[in-house]
Amino acid sequence: MLEMQGVYATVGGKEILRGIDLKVKAGEVHAIMGPNGSGKSTLANVLAGRDEYEVTKGSILYKGHDLLAMAPEERACEGIFMAFQYPVEIPGVSNTYFLKAALNARRKHRGEEEVDAVDFLQLIKEKMKLLQIDEALLNRAINEGFSGGEKKRNEIFQMAVLEPTLAILDETDSGLDIDALKIVADGVNQLRADDQAIIVVTHYQRLLNYIVPDFVHVLADGRIVKSGDKDLALELEEKGYAAISARC
Amino acid sequence: MSLAMLHKQEDRYLHEFSQLQADLKAHEVDWLSNIRQQAMQHYATVGLPTLKQEEWRFTNIAPIRDTNFKRAALPESLPNATALQPYSLGDIDAYQLVFINGTFTKSLSRIDELPNGVVVSTLQTAAHERPALVQAHLGRHWGAAVHGFVALNTALMQDGAFIFVPKNVVVEKPIHLLFLTTAADEHLVTYPRNLIVAEPSSQLRLIESYAGLDGVSYFTNAVTEVCLEDSAVVEHTKLQLEQSKAFHMATTQVHQARASHFHSQVLAVGGKLSRNEIFAVLNGEGCETTLNGLYFGNSAQLVDSYTCIDHRQPHCNSHELYKGILAGESRGVFNGKIVVRPEAQKTNAKQSNSCLLLSKDAIIDTKPQLEIFADDVKCTHGATVGQLDANALFYLRSRGMDLASARSLLTYAFANEVVDRMPFPPLQQKLAERIWGYLPGEHRSEGEVR
Repeated sequence: MLEMQGVYATVGGKEILRGIDLKVKAGEVHAIMGPNGSGKSTLANVLAGRDEYEVTKGSILYKGHDLLAMAPEERACEGIFMAFQYPVEIPGVSNTYFLKAALNARRKHRGEEEVDAVDFLQLIKEKMKLLQIDEALLNRAINEGFSGGEKKRNEIFQMAVLEPTLAILDETDSGLDIDALKIVADGVNQLRADDQAIIVVTHYQRLLNYIVPDFVHVLADGRIVKSGDKDLALELEEKGYAAISARC
Repeated sequence: MSLAMLHKQEDRYLHEFSQLQADLKAHEVDWLSNIRQQAMQHYATVGLPTLKQEEWRFTNIAPIRDTNFKRAALPESLPNATALQPYSLGDIDAYQLVFINGTFTKSLSRIDELPNGVVVSTLQTAAHERPALVQAHLGRHWGAAVHGFVALNTALMQDGAFIFVPKNVVVEKPIHLLFLTTAADEHLVTYPRNLIVAEPSSQLRLIESYAGLDGVSYFTNAVTEVCLEDSAVVEHTKLQLEQSKAFHMATTQVHQARASHFHSQVLAVGGKLSRNEIFAVLNGEGCETTLNGLYFGNSAQLVDSYTCIDHRQPHCNSHELYKGILAGESRGVFNGKIVVRPEAQKTNAKQSNSCLLLSKDAIIDTKPQLEIFADDVKCTHGATVGQLDANALFYLRSRGMDLASARSLLTYAFANEVVDRMPFPPLQQKLAERIWGYLPGEHRSEGEVR
């Protein structure tokens, strides 16, 4: 599904990624772990297509197509979804309106009709239950006045509605208390499917207790320094990043 | 300057005034003639505002001064209901008073089944039928120096609405005043004048709309006076939807007694050169005043919003949020004055103004003015000017919206924050839809995606 080869990327002229190789197949969950400043968020943002992140070398293929040639909205319409580390507040637009617009953008991209109002409401209700989201939240402006936990839950709620093929969770666990973490993780797990892949970017191992990864990659200084299975995350938790990075 | 000098200069307004006096002689009451006479005298003294005056230094009214406007009369044939449609409140159940070229038009209006004791009539009718009430309030509540446009409105006023809500009465349905100018000829001028009196503990929702039906240049010089007695609640919405070649100068004077609530929202969309002024005098303890506004500028429009909140008594709260969106080479002016008098301890006044510039040639002049003479008060103000937020744009795009749609949605969102605060849900929802069509720049057709 996703194939990154020797990807170098800069932010504001500063080189952050220094040769990333990563292959993600359908049905897999990959965890990207690493200390602060290792390039985890840059990796997520490069995949989502944020402007300030410039890929200077290497290639990224998504479903066999050149991802870097695609605008962020095209990537989204082709099934890429990033749950933001810092979701943006947008006063003046309700969550419902936004979700409908996003859903219709995808449908238009695929040459389908706009979503029917009744079907849309039903879909929303179903996914709300999944993430235990209060209905009042839907009519509020996007993320405005939401607590940190509500914002993160709203990200996964959007993911549930938009049903991406490749979901990238950028530090979705940060700022969540244990109950919210479980709800979010349950939500993500229920969305897992054979034709879909997830990349979980996280600093800590705790989210991986709930979303169990098939592969764990350790990022340090812009490179993947070690890859393994879920046990690698436990080892990291125990010994710290310094020990693992130093050995490489 | 004196009237004699104006006469010598062949001032066109004095000429209009002389003609009006001749026309009205037979059927206008003396006290009203006197009010006109005094106002004309005042105009002779102050003249029209100039750039040298602090309150007008960003707004050059020369195009109005230099145009020879003609007093408007009813057109030969009245517009039909379909022509009014874009400016009416649609399916919102409301009383409606329509003024065509400044003259009340009964056939297009609906004022049946008013609650007991409520008076809704034209100001002319009220001046004859309820002289004491009109005399007690008309032109009596000016909180600041009266400038030339208000003086001219008073001297030359045609007609407008008179609304009286007696003690403890709640008028459930909103009252919509719709002022339309229609003409084949250029350069008509109208002088709408409205007077609203809300007795103690009464409640009223008032909507004033101003629009033109033809693409010619004309001038609206409007004044509305609102008097809130103890604990009265008035929600006031002003929709300025004039044609793009029109001139619009309007002043709302609000006088608040103890524990009254005045909630205002202004939407300024049209006009080549427009200014909307609100003067609110908080003349009793425990008043609440909310002034929210939204202004749009396109091509070479100049849109000026002037507000003055005068805290004269203790324990009053005022909240103000004005937002503007400017595109093309348009120019916006925001002047927000807050006065806190020495007696007005425990005042809480909050003002914020932000403006979105969609083009590099658009200009905003923003000027908060705080004059605080009491020591135990909380007053804040903030002004921001900016472009669309890059993070928010990326957020929307990352969910699949294309760049143009994302820009439109954020522009809409910026504006809708003001509409969201409107206290009357049916109108709030209607405007939330309609502002898609009013947005400046290239967003006008987006509305139908809803």
